[in-house]
Amino acid sequence: MASLRRILVRLIELVLTVLVIATINFMLVHAAPGDPAAVMAGQSGATDERFLNQVRAEYGLDKPYIVQLGTYLNKVIHLDLGYSFRQRRDVSGLILERLGPTLLLTLSALVVSVLGGILFGAVAGLRNGRWSDTLISMVALLFYATPVFWLGLMLVLVFSIQLEWLPAFGYASIRAATFTTWEYIVDVAQHLVLPVVSLAAIYMAVYTRLMRASIIEVSHEDHVKTARAKGLTEGRILRKHMLRNAAIPVVTFAGLQAGAMIGGAVVVETVFSWPGLGRLTFEAVTQRDYPILLGLFLVMSVLVIAVNFLTDIICGLIDPRIAAR
Amino acid sequence: MRDVIKAFFNRPTGWIGITLLALVCLMAVLAPVVYPTSPWEMTGPPFARPGDAGMVLGADTLGRDIASGVMHGARVSLLIGIASTLAALLIGVTLGCIAGYFGGWVDTVIVRFTEIFQTIPNFVLAILLVAILTPSIATIILAIGIVSWPPLARLTRAQVMTVSTREFVQAARCQGQSTASIVLRHVLPNAISPIIVAGSLTVATAILIEAALSFLGLGDPNFMSWGFMIGSGRTVIRQAWWMSVFPGLAILLTVIAINLVGEALNDALNPRISRA
Repeated sequence: MASLRRILVRLIELVLTVLVIATINFMLVHAAPGDPAAVMAGQSGATDERFLNQVRAEYGLDKPYIVQLGTYLNKVIHLDLGYSFRQRRDVSGLILERLGPTLLLTLSALVVSVLGGILFGAVAGLRNGRWSDTLISMVALLFYATPVFWLGLMLVLVFSIQLEWLPAFGYASIRAATFTTWEYIVDVAQHLVLPVVSLAAIYMAVYTRLMRASIIEVSHEDHVKTARAKGLTEGRILRKHMLRNAAIPVVTFAGLQAGAMIGGAVVVETVFSWPGLGRLTFEAVTQRDYPILLGLFLVMSVLVIAVNFLTDIICGLIDPRIAAR
Repeated sequence: MRDVIKAFFNRPTGWIGITLLALVCLMAVLAPVVYPTSPWEMTGPPFARPGDAGMVLGADTLGRDIASGVMHGARVSLLIGIASTLAALLIGVTLGCIAGYFGGWVDTVIVRFTEIFQTIPNFVLAILLVAILTPSIATIILAIGIVSWPPLARLTRAQVMTVSTREFVQAARCQGQSTASIVLRHVLPNAISPIIVAGSLTVATAILIEAALSFLGLGDPNFMSWGFMIGSGRTVIRQAWWMSVFPGLAILLTVIAINLVGEALNDALNPRISRA
């Protein structure tokens, strides 16, 4: 498990990040063209003067900037992310109810991309220079250049419209209310396949390339040569002596990519009408509902740090020397 | 220099990449010649299939020519890709030079700041920036620049740190040259080649970010872009696949071309650290 020091480091990072993001949010509200109160209220054009005055009073918008920033930070620390006038709801409540589907989507994509990357990268690295290596590297290059949302649409075109194998959008079928628990799980899993593949593909490509380089490097190390000299089978050498060492950079890098992956979830959820934070982002963008956007930015950043913490723990499990540090 | 060019074209990635990229640039340059009317104009029947009504790639829901949109879209993609990379380089290289050359607490502060910026979901920040500052070419370039500089800053810092310890930099310092002159004339030129490679790859990611932004409806409403075309075609994909397939292929082609060029540049400029 992760040591106390690691936990402390991540906690400090969490506090600093929340501070920086709240400050960025605050600066953006004031950099926006027009009245900051209108931005906080989330409306451009038709405005309810009473509500605007309420917002002005609540955030102290007539006070000096530094006091306003203090008021805003205080609210954020107390998990008050403002009020969406359009949805007539608290932003934190709206975000909370969309959290589950996004966690399901991004964590599945994270696991699929890391495992797939390790698998294909190991195969390519072990067959360095042969046709299977060339093929894997070329496919990786292709996926690395594919826009995530377009890949999603193409998967829908092939697997939902042409072949009719998998559902094209949503989280569960309309009839889901009549399902037993097991049927419901299968149903959600079927809806999950295409979004996860679209989101995972680009990262799987990155991790494949990383794992390939990593395996090639590890295979030249002394302990692997020793294992080979002892006459161990190639499979055993790979499992016992190479895989763990080679996977560490991949998992570490996957943690660093968490932010990008959550960003990718925005377009994937838009394509697949997946009812998570990404879809909420798209809805907030089309309605120019700024309080929701500002809140989402904060919550998604906190999620990234949580994923980083998770990869810390996983790295510690793969290589106990890291946890002991 | 001649060696670099030779090494660049020696690998298939080099000449394939440069050919594809030339093709995309040609599309951007020739767009107003081949399709002089605005890509927003209705020029044929809505939902025309590829090949119908003289439209090679078909028409969209409002009868706008897809081929015209794809060609005009190349202009916006390349412009935003290059301009926002330059913005990211400006921020990243400046911060990286300061951190790497001065070290000490300045370095610590810049590194911490960069790390926080790297954990932030950068696409979400880009969405927020463009949505709040209202979408236009300028705000999109600014937003992509702001979210793309951290890797460039880290790379520049590492490069500057290694080059700064070399003898010729110490010699320049002993001659009493100004700090600015040492950094700009001695350190940076010797640290630049990996930065050029990273910059070229940043153009590719910038194009992908721009496409995703305009897909979400955050593109400049005055310019036709690939992401916008896919975004508006996506709701009718069941009836009309061509509206989203062709612009997507254009993005794919452009990004592959830039990645191949970047990889070949890497092999040519940094032969020691590139993969054997």
